[in-house]
Parts: sequence; C-alpha cells; structure tokens
Amino acid sequence: MASVIESDSVLALDIGSATTRAMLFDVVEGRYRFVAIGQASSSAHAPFNDVAHGVEGAIQKLQEITGRIFLDSDRRLIASVQADGTGIESVSATISAGATLKVVVAGLLADVSLESAENLAESTYAQIVEKISLNDPRKAEEQIDSILKANPDLIIIAGGTDNGASQSLQKIIEIIGLTTYLMPSEKRPVIIFAGNKEMRNEVRELLEPLSSGLYTTSNIRPSVEREDLAHARKELARAVVSIRKKQIPGVDEIDMWSGGHMLPSAFAEGRIIKLLSKLYGAGKAVLSVNLGASATTLNAGFSARLFSKNYPQFGMGASLTELLKYTTAEDIARWLTIDISPQRISNYIYTKALYPNSIPATKDDLQIEQALGREALRIALHEAQEKLPTDVPVLNKDLLPLFEIILAGGSIISNAPTLGQSLLILLDALQPVGISTLILDQNNLLPALGAAAELNSILPVQALETGAFLNLATVIAPICSARYGTNILKASLRRADGSVTVVELKQGGLEVLPLKIGEVADLNLQPFHRANIGHGAGRKVSMKVGGSAIGIVLDGRGRPLVLTSDDIRRRELNKKWLWTLGG
Amino acid sequence: MMLAPVTYNLALTTILRKRVLPVDGEVIPKLNQRVAATDVIAEASYSHSHHLIDVARILGIKPNVAEKLVSLHVGEEVSAGTVVATGFGLFSKPIKVEHSGRVVATGGGQVLLDISQKDFQLKAGISGEIIEIIPKRGVVIQEVGGLIQGVWGNGKIARGRLHVLAQKPNEILAASQLDISLRSLVLLAGSCQDTDSLKAAADITARGLILSSIHPMLLDFARKMPYPIIVTDIIGQQAMNASAYKILSTNNQRENVSLNAGAYNRYTGARPEIVIPLPHADIPPVPRDVDLFAPGQAVRLCRAPHAGAKGTLVNLPSGLKTLPNGLRVMAAEVKLDNGERITVPLVNLEVLG
Repeated sequence: MASVIESDSVLALDIGSATTRAMLFDVVEGRYRFVAIGQASSSAHAPFNDVAHGVEGAIQKLQEITGRIFLDSDRRLIASVQADGTGIESVSATISAGATLKVVVAGLLADVSLESAENLAESTYAQIVEKISLNDPRKAEEQIDSILKANPDLIIIAGGTDNGASQSLQKIIEIIGLTTYLMPSEKRPVIIFAGNKEMRNEVRELLEPLSSGLYTTSNIRPSVEREDLAHARKELARAVVSIRKKQIPGVDEIDMWSGGHMLPSAFAEGRIIKLLSKLYGAGKAVLSVNLGASATTLNAGFSARLFSKNYPQFGMGASLTELLKYTTAEDIARWLTIDISPQRISNYIYTKALYPNSIPATKDDLQIEQALGREALRIALHEAQEKLPTDVPVLNKDLLPLFEIILAGGSIISNAPTLGQSLLILLDALQPVGISTLILDQNNLLPALGAAAELNSILPVQALETGAFLNLATVIAPICSARYGTNILKASLRRADGSVTVVELKQGGLEVLPLKIGEVADLNLQPFHRANIGHGAGRKVSMKVGGSAIGIVLDGRGRPLVLTSDDIRRRELNKKWLWTLGG
Repeated sequence: MMLAPVTYNLALTTILRKRVLPVDGEVIPKLNQRVAATDVIAEASYSHSHHLIDVARILGIKPNVAEKLVSLHVGEEVSAGTVVATGFGLFSKPIKVEHSGRVVATGGGQVLLDISQKDFQLKAGISGEIIEIIPKRGVVIQEVGGLIQGVWGNGKIARGRLHVLAQKPNEILAASQLDISLRSLVLLAGSCQDTDSLKAAADITARGLILSSIHPMLLDFARKMPYPIIVTDIIGQQAMNASAYKILSTNNQRENVSLNAGAYNRYTGARPEIVIPLPHADIPPVPRDVDLFAPGQAVRLCRAPHAGAKGTLVNLPSGLKTLPNGLRVMAAEVKLDNGERITVPLVNLEVLG
C-alpha cells in the first residue's frame, strides 16, 4: 500500500505547570505510532523562569530512551534530519504552564452575549475577574475602576447580533477603551472582539492602539438562540499563546521550533475530541477529562460539536486550596478506605498547594491525593453539566450524558500504582451511565496529538489506532430504582473459544468479567426491574465487545452514587470495590 | 540532570533584592543611601479611583455639541466646584466638579477625572544599601546578614528587635504568653493554632510574628492582622526546621530585623523573608538562584513521612524507584540528620541554600 504519510517523525512538546513532556511519533510499518516519551520537571516558575530548561531535560530523557539525537552540543534543536540521522523534521508544542489568566468579559445582556463570553473564557486557563454588561447597575466610572483593579491579561467583548443595532455595544466598547487608555502601555491587556461583525472596523480603530494585541473573530452569539464558539476558540488559543510568550521566557523560542503553531494544551485536547466525535459519527459522544496540576479540563464531543471547560480552581497543584470553597474535608474523606481526620486532609491540601510538584510518598497520602482527584473531577463535571447543551443524549438530566468513549489523563489517574485504582477514581468521579469504553491516556498524549494535527492530519488518527492509549475497561452502568441487593442485570459473555461466563449484577454491586486486550467476545445484557443501560428501560442489548486491561465492568452501585454515612461500612465498601477491580 | 528548588536559611550571606513599581513613578532614595525595611523607596500615581462627568447626558444634548462646551483639558488639576461646562439658555446651571482631581481624559462630551487622594507607595521590604537605581521604577538593595525564607506571609512589612519566645522549635504559641513586656518586638513564636494568640499579638502591638506553622483555618484572620506574619515551614502543625530555628534563636534581641511577609509567588519567585542585618568584615558571596541536585547537598523534605526533616543527599540512583505506596518515581537517597537513611521522591526535596 502506498504511504500517505506527509512527513516522517514528529517531536511533540507539552509544557505543563508541573511536568514538561517530549514525545516522539514516528512511522513504523507505514503507520504513525507513538514511540517514546521523556519527562522533566517544568521550569516556567522561579527560580528558573525559562521553559527551555524543562524542555531540554525532557528531550534529553527522550534521547536516552530512543538513542536518537535531537539537540546539538549547544542544546539547540537540530531542525532537520541530518545525514547521520540526528535531528527532527517537525515539532509541535502545547502549553498549560503559567499563572491563571485574569479575564474580563463584556457583553450586552448577562444571560445572552455575556454568558457566551464567559463560556469562551472558561474554555482556557482563565479566571473571570470582572464582568461588564448592560445589566450592570454600576456607574461607568465604577466599572472602569473595577477593571483597573482587576488588572486583566485579557478582555473578551461580545454582544450584538450580526447586522443588528450597535449603539449599546458602542457604550461597552467605550468603557473598555477608556479603561485601557488609563493603563500604562506595558500593562494593557490583549483584547478579543467576538461581537456584532459590523463593529469590527470601529473596534479595531479604537482598541488596537490601546491593547497589547487585538483579535477579532466571528460573533459568538450571532443570534439570541445560537452560540458559536468554534472560530473564537482558535483566536483565543492564539491570544493565550501570545500572552504566555510575553509572560514566560523561553516560550517564544519553543513556539518558533513549532513554526509558530504552539497551542494551549486544553485547546489542542479539544481539537482531538472534536475530531474523534466526527470520526465516530452521530450517536457516539466522546468525553475527555484531564486532571492536571494547573486545571481540570473537560472536553465533550457530540457529533463534531465541541463543549470545552477548563477549571483552574480544580487544578491539583498550587490552586488546590480553591477546592475547599466547593467541598469539605469531610466530603473528601468519604472516598477513603481508611480513617483519616478532616484536619489531616486539610493540612495535606495546603502542603500540596505550597509544594505543587511534590507527590505522595506514603500509602495514606496516596489515598488522600486520589480522594482529592475524585472530588475535583466530580465537582468540575457537576459544574460543567449545568452548562451542557440541552440536546445531548441523557438518561437523566442530573446524570452524566451517555458517552460511548471516555478518555482520561492527568498524573493522579494515569500514574496510579494499579489500573484498578485508576478505574475506580474514574467510576467514582464521573459515574458514567449506560455503556462506555474507558481509555487511559497514560502518557498525556491528547494535547500533543491535537497540536500535531495542525502539522499532520494523519498522525493523530493513526497514533490513536495503534495502541498509544490503554483500553482500560468497558463499563456497563445501569440506572434502576430497584431495592439494594435485587438482581438488576444478567451479563453473558461468549468468548471466541466458545467458553461462556455469566454474571448477575445486584443493585449496589460491582462485578468484573475479564476479557483480555486483543480478544473479542459476544456480550448479551439482560436487564431486570426496568434497569436501563442506555437503550430504554428493561431493553436487552447484544453486542460485540473488545478486550481491555480490566475487562467488562458492571457497575450497579447506583446513579448518582450515594455513599453510606456509616463510616466503617463505607470504608469497607470502598475497599471491596477496589479489590473487585484488582486492588 | 534535575533542577532543584532552593530555600535559603543562611546565617550570613549577601542579599540582593530588586524592588520595582508596577508603573513608572518617582524613586526616592539616592545611590549608596541606607534604607530601612519600612521606608518608602518609590511612589507612583497608579489610580483606581475615577469620576466620569457625562456633560452630554446631563444637558440632554448630542456628544459632539457637548464636547464644544467642555472647558477642561487633559492634565489640568481641578478642585471641587470647578465649572466643567455651562449649558444653553438663560436658566442653565453650570455643571461643576464634585471631587478634586486631575483630568485624565476628555472627549465625546465626557470628562474623566482621577480623584485618587494618595499615590501608590513601595516600601523597601528589607534594610540595606541602595546599590542601583532603576530609573522611574525602583532600586536594588543590598544587605549582609541572616536570611530565612518562609512558605506563607500575610502581605505586611515591618522591622524591630527580635525576641525568642519559643524556647524549642516545636512549641505552640499560647495567647497567655503575650504580655505587654513584648510590645513592639518581632517574636519568634512557634506554631499558631488559635485566633486568640493572633489577637493578643495585635493587642500588645507586636511588630511581627515568625511562626513555624499555622492552622489552615486561621489564614484569613491572619491576613487581617496589622503586623506581618511569616510561616517558615507548613500550613498545619509542625515544628520549625532546625536550621531556621538555629539562625533565629542565636540572634535573640538583634535589632532591625525585617519581616517582608509578601505572598509566595512561584512564578516570580517572591517569598516571605526574614532578614537579620549583621556586622561583617567582608561581603560574603551571593547565594546561587538555581541548582542541580547533586550528592553532598543539604536538603529538606517537604512531604510526609519526614516532612520538615533535614539531611544530606547521598546518592541519585538512575531509573525509577518504587515507593511503599506503589508509585514509581525518580528518587534520591538521603541521610537524615538523625542518621536514618531513606529513599525520597526527588520532587519532594528542596535544597537548602
């Protein structure tokens, strides 16, 4: 078969707030594969204050692992493949390092254009520090002073339907213009205008000289009913990288290595999820979750429509203390198998926030860290669910929509000592419903693949098909109101060798049908008591199922999962569930 | 090669600190002048307080018409009562300025006044000699003495005589220890676990508290205290690390100890710091900012089960090591000061400068 490969090896760099990764993708037997990863501590923060140290460290590790040379003796990138085999043709780069961006959003109506501006801001590493709209009862000078105090990195302006009235929007733009005029030139923010397209020239004329960069994009709220963030996300990605280039030494050089195509990691991950949801087609929704040090990122793809949320307040690093504004140490303790006091959990959170790169060194600390991960992910998902489009496939609007594929990354999940721990964190936090395939992004490749797609459209598709990710489990989670202990599902698995395994799932139970990676079997699911596995109450399902690291997991613990208030019984159950999944 | 974070607990060193305004302003001290930590070294007009007078709206006329009526100009200082514009007609009242201030913008029939009363002031943060003036922005200050870096600060700055209240590194501060004889002193005070102690320190007008640790629930309250608070080790409860305690306790009753309790910012590298000016014959070397992990370094452990313990890095084994909890990590072998030899994740270590 003729190769359709566009270029050969790709070096993908991902600069996180805790870890910098260098990943090599290369062509093996005519297809792109993930070859290896080198990792080093990130160096965006003091005293290093230059991302180059972390990038060099990660590339050096990759060189040790692969035996290939990408850096010359002066530690500069060898930018094309030399006769001796050293060097690299293509580099992609993503970044999530950097302090959370302070963003001001401005729009006309709070529940229309301002809401869309907020949604756009929440798709990147941002904290909304001020909102301006026509609903705002404050005087103009109070709004000006509030924005000045907030000292934003970025201002997003939305509002006005295309070709609609412009006078009200003009007032908002004047306030923004007056505010940025009052700022010292070196402190002026980047501005994104995503409102009425008729206003673009006027905005450019007024705000370009008063900003440190003006990006105009299509209207994110072209009509009252419709929101369209797709184009604005791309401009936001460019704006974020431009801000990082000014804030963090070394980013500029790495961006040059990538031919000026560096992307924020969350944006790149979203691009891959959108691509996957397009590939899988209608009816197969895809979700990715990343429990990172700088933020928890969620990307959901519904028939090539992307829903993207980024929550710096649920990052597992320096911002970890923010989690206590949304939950309590007592609620975090519910996920433990051992008795640990809320005070100790609280102390753990503050210590981790002070030393965000540190890791748990004891069994107890690992349990606390994993409990924090569960709680952060659970709350992030709950926040996101409230803003999901109303037409996504759901069994119950209070539960997770039906996702056929769920990809998960972030070191707490992907570096857990056992796959059972990784899976139970995901089951507890996400509480998937119906039938889902859970896939582990063990090397945090999704952002890299999203960025590589910019250079090479075939690479991500082939890399995904050739084992770059670990198929963790196929999860079947019925919704049923039967009493605890009642049989709610019978699963029958017929393997290729003719052997049959039958398991009955009780309400409240958790069962595993092992099926190794590479095996394919016929799975028949017979629900009882009107249990619903995504195809209607009580409806049987027969399907072919592929093997995975843990196998087929039947989760009958209930949706939502309600943990008993009996501390001893709850710890025993947590222990039992972990044991069921392999410990 | 692994970059190492460094925390400084140094008995005698040269400290260089750059102090700059957020915007252009006026630098006050002269080159080679000595300053105290609480001295204002630069000022700037960095206002967040404005007043907008919309002449067009008040008079109910078009902005381009209103613009012609405005009699003020950018940069003009105005006092309350100054006339901004007068409308048309026999009975039109003049529009007057309500607040004194400076005109910062005019246009479209509007006038924007900066009505802030005071300028932004930047304090020195440490005592020392001005060795460089950064025009319009700030200074570089050099001091020779002891330096202890903390992990948390409440944002205040002060200086005073150091008094050792905690007789051991693991003492817990009690409000009853704080009597009027300790007023106006910087107190080395152990671990703080209750609000009463913080209140009592405010009541006796303590110049500052140096704590080993603080209960997490006290942080918001601690931020409101009028004096600086610096935590050296942890949010929670833990004894002070031995090196910091030794440096502080051996400088009991030393004058002009400065506490700059600025928040820890991992991106800028700013940390809360205690500086003890000391007499010296020669200028000791400035410590290195960045280090690589290497055998022989003095290190401190930041996480359980040996959080706060000090030791010496003895080996950096290649490859990954498996911890008792199953995590596989890059690790170091450390000999603790008590003689115990342990394997620690490299990311849980900081080099003591």
